[in-house]
Amino acid sequence: MLESIDMSLVDWSRGQFALTAMFHWIFVPLTLGLSFIVAFMHTIYVRTGDEEWKRITKFWMKLFGINFAIGVSTGIILEFEFGTNWSNYSWFVGDIFGAPLAIEGILAFFMESTFIAIMFFGWNKVSKRFHLTATWLTAFGASLSAIWILVANAWMQHPVGTMFNPLTARNEMTNFWEVIFSPTAVNKFLHTVTSSFLLGSIFVIGVSAWFLLRKREVLFAKRSTLVASVFGVISAIATVATGDTSARIVARNQPMKFAAMEALYEGQTHAPLVAIGVMRTDTTRLPNPRQDFIFKIEIPNALSYMVFLTPSGFIPGITDLVYGNEEQGIISYQEKIERGAVAIQTLKELKRAKERGDEVTYAALLEKFSDPKWLEGYYKHFGYGYYKGRELKELIPNVKLNFYSFHVMVILGTHFLIFTLLVLWLSLKNRWGNHKWLMWVALVTMPMPWIAHQSGWLVAEMGRQPWVVYELMPTLSAVTRLKPGAVQVTFWIFLATFTILFIAEIKILVTQIKKGPGGK
Amino acid sequence: MFGNLPYLALQQYWYIIVSLLGAILVFLFFVQGGQTFIFSIGKSPVERTIIVNSLGRKWEFTFTTLVTFGGAFFASFPLFYATSFGGAYWVWMAILFAFVIQAVSYEFRTKANNFLGQKVFEGFLFVNGLLGTFLVGVAVATFFSGSQFSLDEMNRVIWANDTRGLEAAFNLFNLSLGFTVFFLARVLGLLYFMNTIDNENIITRSRKALLRNAIPFVGFFLIFAIWLMLREGYAVNPDTGEVFMESFKYAHNLLAMPLVMWMFLGGVVMVLGGIALSLLKNSSHGIWLTGPGTVLVVFSLFLLAGFNNTAFYPSAHDLQSSLTIQNASSSQYTLVALSWVSLSIPFVLAYIVFAWRALNKKKIDEKEMQEEHHVY
Ligand code: HDD
Ligand code: HEM
Ligand code: HEM
Repeated sequence: MLESIDMSLVDWSRGQFALTAMFHWIFVPLTLGLSFIVAFMHTIYVRTGDEEWKRITKFWMKLFGINFAIGVSTGIILEFEFGTNWSNYSWFVGDIFGAPLAIEGILAFFMESTFIAIMFFGWNKVSKRFHLTATWLTAFGASLSAIWILVANAWMQHPVGTMFNPLTARNEMTNFWEVIFSPTAVNKFLHTVTSSFLLGSIFVIGVSAWFLLRKREVLFAKRSTLVASVFGVISAIATVATGDTSARIVARNQPMKFAAMEALYEGQTHAPLVAIGVMRTDTTRLPNPRQDFIFKIEIPNALSYMVFLTPSGFIPGITDLVYGNEEQGIISYQEKIERGAVAIQTLKELKRAKERGDEVTYAALLEKFSDPKWLEGYYKHFGYGYYKGRELKELIPNVKLNFYSFHVMVILGTHFLIFTLLVLWLSLKNRWGNHKWLMWVALVTMPMPWIAHQSGWLVAEMGRQPWVVYELMPTLSAVTRLKPGAVQVTFWIFLATFTILFIAEIKILVTQIKKGPGGK
Repeated sequence: MFGNLPYLALQQYWYIIVSLLGAILVFLFFVQGGQTFIFSIGKSPVERTIIVNSLGRKWEFTFTTLVTFGGAFFASFPLFYATSFGGAYWVWMAILFAFVIQAVSYEFRTKANNFLGQKVFEGFLFVNGLLGTFLVGVAVATFFSGSQFSLDEMNRVIWANDTRGLEAAFNLFNLSLGFTVFFLARVLGLLYFMNTIDNENIITRSRKALLRNAIPFVGFFLIFAIWLMLREGYAVNPDTGEVFMESFKYAHNLLAMPLVMWMFLGGVVMVLGGIALSLLKNSSHGIWLTGPGTVLVVFSLFLLAGFNNTAFYPSAHDLQSSLTIQNASSSQYTLVALSWVSLSIPFVLAYIVFAWRALNKKKIDEKEMQEEHHVY
């Protein structure tokens, strides 16, 4: 059945999803981060009654509004794209995946959009207290919406709380709480929102630094920086901590992604951590060259230690995962493909038996799907079955991209931690703004969290390849059967539209910033 | 509580929720309808600003309702979501596109240095008002007239042609609902202006435009409603699940479900009553009659399409691929989980009403536009 799939259709569909998701993600983290920073400022204003704080709050709120609008614009496409471009996927996992999306709409989006109206228009219309509450509820609403979509994404990375129903030929939810509270979901949420808070903080610090460089609105800039740096330090620590946990969870649940992130070809105990490295060009080919790096700096034992808290922990490499490693009890991909094919075949026979009305065969086959041993031995590898007769290397994600993305994120994370600590320290001593070069550092740092964010999602999503749902559903079987040309057309339309909107947003933002808190 | 309900009851419960969301969405299309009047009723920049701002405080509700409608349909009837969105690709993409350009337009419209200029963003709002309402009407009409798809053994959608849903816009029956929704949205938009704006010129022009839009609305609605009652429909044999054509199916459904019939007729009376009140009595409260009337009519139309052993997303191309409340739904477990979440809906509605009233205490006028700090 996969023979009929046109690979260029899959590629264009992936490209379109990546394009729209990554555009959406330019704006989302700023919404998440800025909403809380505005809420802090608003609270200080209500507490102190100081008009300067009101001006500060209104300024950042205005930037928030501009960014929010385009976040909403780019979001609606994503939701419906699951249906339009990944319809096979939507049916196969809709039972689990749709629920968080619906809950997000009912609980979170309405909260966000209702209270945002009060936040913007409430200054002279509602009581101060209610107004402040609305600002906080907008911020909570935004993070609440993050929970649900990230639960959905986490489930795709590590499907739990579900059972395959052979009667309907799809996955069905069996435990809602397992889906929501899986460690993958909890961590993903924490890492994503804290890194978004960090992005918001660094944005505020950067914009304020521009005012300080110009010696304009000094009080406004210093106060904004102080709020942002406190929030920034806390978020930076949390980002690094949750990132570390994320990596450990990936190592357990998605060993291939982890091996790609670390560009680890040969599995080993006492595995070293490559802190910085430059890779050769042809490392994705199999069998792999042992000389994978042109240059690298390693920390001995660190990788094994990080994952297992002991240097003797074995970290499987790409080769072990593909060819198997008996000593470590790792099954080869070839074997998984064979077993997966058996599972797929069993399902087909089940269907045929039903159509024939052959009750005996039907009952016998149905039994298998509730036999834990058979499920563990065969159904578990269901997705691999689709790769029968295809090349093994299709089962390996893009190693270079994963390696670099991951390392860029980690290096930037370290930089942000040091940077925010420095800003906070100097702000507390009221010395932030004294050194011109530091203002330039803040300005140069400003776009970096976006790079880290996009890298993070590249690791998460590209590292999961070739699966949409890890080890259960390959990307190529998830796609809607359209003419590749149709997807191409929508791809270019989205690219053009989003680029235009993006330029408009940047121009408006820059103009508003230049006007400063005094401008209308 | 929900755990004890039979599967079918849960499926029907969720079909009702989705139908209600769809019905509320059509009511909230007053925002889209209103957007089509920015140029014709707003003659001066100030008037345009008043119009855009009166709509701008409500557009998020419509948008979010659309998003939630999609999410709820995905969760409760994933096979519909997969089949319709993946199948009728072009129709849905066009609808989505119309909403993408809407979301930024309010915020960006009057901002300095906005790259495209105020006129273009107002044009975006116009396009959204036109395409958004018309195409949703066409798409919903296929619930009665059927689409060109079949499902393979793994329930994957195969569309019979490459127009991918666009063919629906060339079917006269579908067009009649498309135009009905479009003119209804315009009527609602005008009634909304009359209710919330305090500006002599705008009110006078709205009242004039009301008659001009109410006539085509009523005309198209009658064509659609009569045609619907006369046409054959997609019936399901409850014992075998087999789908077959039945003459006067939707008329039968109406008669078989008296409650739905009363909702439908009552809704029609309310819709027309609100319009008449505004035209004859110069009332500014017409929207509070026409709006709820719209909800009742659309809600009963959805129920006609899905209840009483009817296939709600039928295939004209391959009858047996048609989707019903029973064969397209999520598992019982998921529906139970979702049903618990649905208990929060009254609470959500309550705070929406509360927020709406807090912001609508006073009508919008010119003075406010000059004093307000957040103006679109
Ligand atoms: C971690 C958070 C997060 C993630 C991973 C995503 N979004 Fe998002 N989304 C938000 C956080 C968010 C937000 C913060 O709530 C937004 C962004 C900016 C905004 O204005 O609201 C939003 C807006 C937004 C909207 C408009 C909502 C409205 O009516 O107000 C939709 C329909 C989506 N998103 C859908 C999606 C889908 C289908 C995603 C999966 C690929 C997705 N988002 C990823
Ligand atoms: C907003 C942040 C996100 C970004 C930047 C992002 C990025 C990407 C990228 C780059 C791809 C393409 C992968 C490839 O072509 O190899 C992709 C694919 C995909 N992502 Fe995400 N993603 C995000 C969030 C999500 C979420 C929250 C979900 C689900 C809830 C999700 C579901 C998918 C699906 C279904 C695909 C298509 C199948 C595939 O190619 O793997 N994404 N995403
Ligand atoms: C030492 C620092 C960091 C570590 C160890 C780390 C680790 C990770 C790991 C392992 C993932 C992949 C998770 C998965 O595939 O499920 C990830 C994803 C991600 N990272 Fe980081 N990260 C760090 C810093 C940062 C920073 C500084 C940012 C942004 C400011 C960031 C933003 C993201 C985002 C947005 C994702 C995608 C969402 C997710 O999968 O959780 N990370 N990170």
